[in-house]
Amino acid sequence: MDTRTPTLAVWKFASCDGCQLTLLDCEDELLTVAGRIRIAHFLEASSDALPGPYDISLVEGSITTAADAARIRRIREQSRVLVCIGACATAGGIQALRDHADVAEFASVVYARPEYIDTLATSTPIAAHVNVDYELHGCPIAKDQLLETIDALLAGRRPDLPGHSVCFECKRRNNVCVVVAYGEPCLGPVTRAGCGAICPAFRRGCFGCFGPAETPNGAAEAALLRAAGTATDDIARMYRTFNVTAFETTAGERS
Amino acid sequence: MSHRYERLVHVPALARVEGEGAMHVRVRGGAVEDVRLEIYEPPRFFEAFLRGRRHTEPPDITARICGICPVAYQMSACAAVEDACGVTVPPAVTALRRLLYCGEWIESHTLHIYLLHAPDFLGYGSALALAQDRRDLVERGLSLKKAGNDLVEVIGGRAIHPINVRVGGFYHAPAPAAFTPVRERLRHALDQALETVRWVAGFDFPDFHHDHEMLALTDPDQYAIESGTVVTTGGLGFGAGQFEQHVIEEQVPHSTALHARLAGRGRYVTGPAARYTLNHRLLSPLAAQAARDAGLGGECRNPYRSIVVRAVETVYAVEEAIRLIDAYEPPPEPAVAVPPRAGVGRGATEAPRGTLFHRYALDADGLITSARIVPPTAQNQAAIEDDLTRFVTARLDLGDEQLTAACEQAIRNYDPCISCATHFLDLRMDRS
Repeated sequence: MDTRTPTLAVWKFASCDGCQLTLLDCEDELLTVAGRIRIAHFLEASSDALPGPYDISLVEGSITTAADAARIRRIREQSRVLVCIGACATAGGIQALRDHADVAEFASVVYARPEYIDTLATSTPIAAHVNVDYELHGCPIAKDQLLETIDALLAGRRPDLPGHSVCFECKRRNNVCVVVAYGEPCLGPVTRAGCGAICPAFRRGCFGCFGPAETPNGAAEAALLRAAGTATDDIARMYRTFNVTAFETTAGERS
Repeated sequence: MSHRYERLVHVPALARVEGEGAMHVRVRGGAVEDVRLEIYEPPRFFEAFLRGRRHTEPPDITARICGICPVAYQMSACAAVEDACGVTVPPAVTALRRLLYCGEWIESHTLHIYLLHAPDFLGYGSALALAQDRRDLVERGLSLKKAGNDLVEVIGGRAIHPINVRVGGFYHAPAPAAFTPVRERLRHALDQALETVRWVAGFDFPDFHHDHEMLALTDPDQYAIESGTVVTTGGLGFGAGQFEQHVIEEQVPHSTALHARLAGRGRYVTGPAARYTLNHRLLSPLAAQAARDAGLGGECRNPYRSIVVRAVETVYAVEEAIRLIDAYEPPPEPAVAVPPRAGVGRGATEAPRGTLFHRYALDADGLITSARIVPPTAQNQAAIEDDLTRFVTARLDLGDEQLTAACEQAIRNYDPCISCATHFLDLRMDRS
């Protein structure tokens, strides 16, 4: 591999490791990808870490400490293209449920000595701190979107990432609509496509793990959920999971 | 103290573990004074924000604690909530849960064996570097890992954070025909798993043994995975309901993970070596033969050999998955109703890294009023520190670079999941 081979770095902030694991879960493609790109920094998979700058940085996780807020700025300076991967990096993740709570009280629930814990009162997406080039949504991200993005960036084109809703994927998969057929509450109409409409294929309503679609109709969705018999506080709970901050500013707010 | 006896080693990163942490070793006058596994992964406060959530939500929410073993979180969450509600699921649901869990054991163990741990024994920085010399080995590992992920996908909908698990069972029971391609893949995976045992059994294992008490779930009829009672090598035996009376968690200043110990007894370990030591008589004949051929005796107290145990457990999980697929009949209903009631429920299952305990208290409407989660890595942290103290003491003559690499490998023996324990290790040696 010559020195002009593009370099890839993978970074982790507050997260579960699942989105970076998606790269290792590309069992059929991993060695091919590794042949086209130099994996220069990927601590979960390799102790051979090379110094920057890097052509592509994949960033997993949200910012929850002052040290991490400083670290993401250094990573941005070292990265030609920065791609956020997953709901933590794009929306703050489920740990953003602290944003409207008292984080000191949270720490006291989990830790006997909360004074040992260093944390910010909020869990914020990467784009709240630095300029982000692309975002892969999902909790976790979809493998084909990750491979498409790496492919596109290596070819010097924009990755083809959908902004439409899960409903389109349901039709493409020939899923029976779980709202119409079974009266299941479903966030599919307001949720970004990318997963392949897995939940409806398993007779379950979408629970919004890819976050809001580009143009969600929150009011129509609220009516749909209420018609399915969902109580107002349960509607709030449905939006308040892995993409809580993103739904707050889009679909959830209008419901 | 003479200045020339002072040494300070700083290694900014231990790789090939899941999550972020640091290791600090203080050496004074030729003796190891203090070893700390520092976990600085930022806390995410799951136990706090679970309060006020519905009793149906823990399987989806707690899966997000760990992308490597989400099924384990889903299974322990279901067990605890069902216990709180006084619901027992039918055998067909339990069998499908065990089959799903086999997929996660195969995927997680193979990830650790091939991508995280084996490069240490072979002198490579990663499996990708190994693949440049021995592409066949890494391809075998990836293929075996894929068999596990494919199985999780058939039942769970996707490999990471499966969507099909619910309190009471599943949203949808796959049709038997859905298993046909993965059964074929598992048949090849069984050969690959047996080859993996023979391969790792030939690694060079340092002579090192610990005397920790070992803890695992046990089941009289089968190798415990999705249920069982807790037993230890010290003779303790108790149900998940008594877990908190026996396991005490303490907070230490240097870690965002809590340290667990057995009440009145002290440190202990959980995980593959503990399971093998306590339950190896319940392995399948083929897995038991593979263990004997690999030189494992009746117990495994050398943490380096845990890679062999993981390989043996992978053989078992592949075989067990094939058996469960062949016996599979979809349950008449994919889930039983779990009406909420006020109460407390506890559940424990065997995550790939060891016993995972959950406890939830519910109010009469089924809203969670308190939650507690005890992951395997938090339980193992005190034992890892004890191993490192003894390990470093015996190797003080090594140069800093060699010693650091050796310590990192010793930590990886436990496949620590720091994301779980809150949650990369940074090794700092302070010698004076």
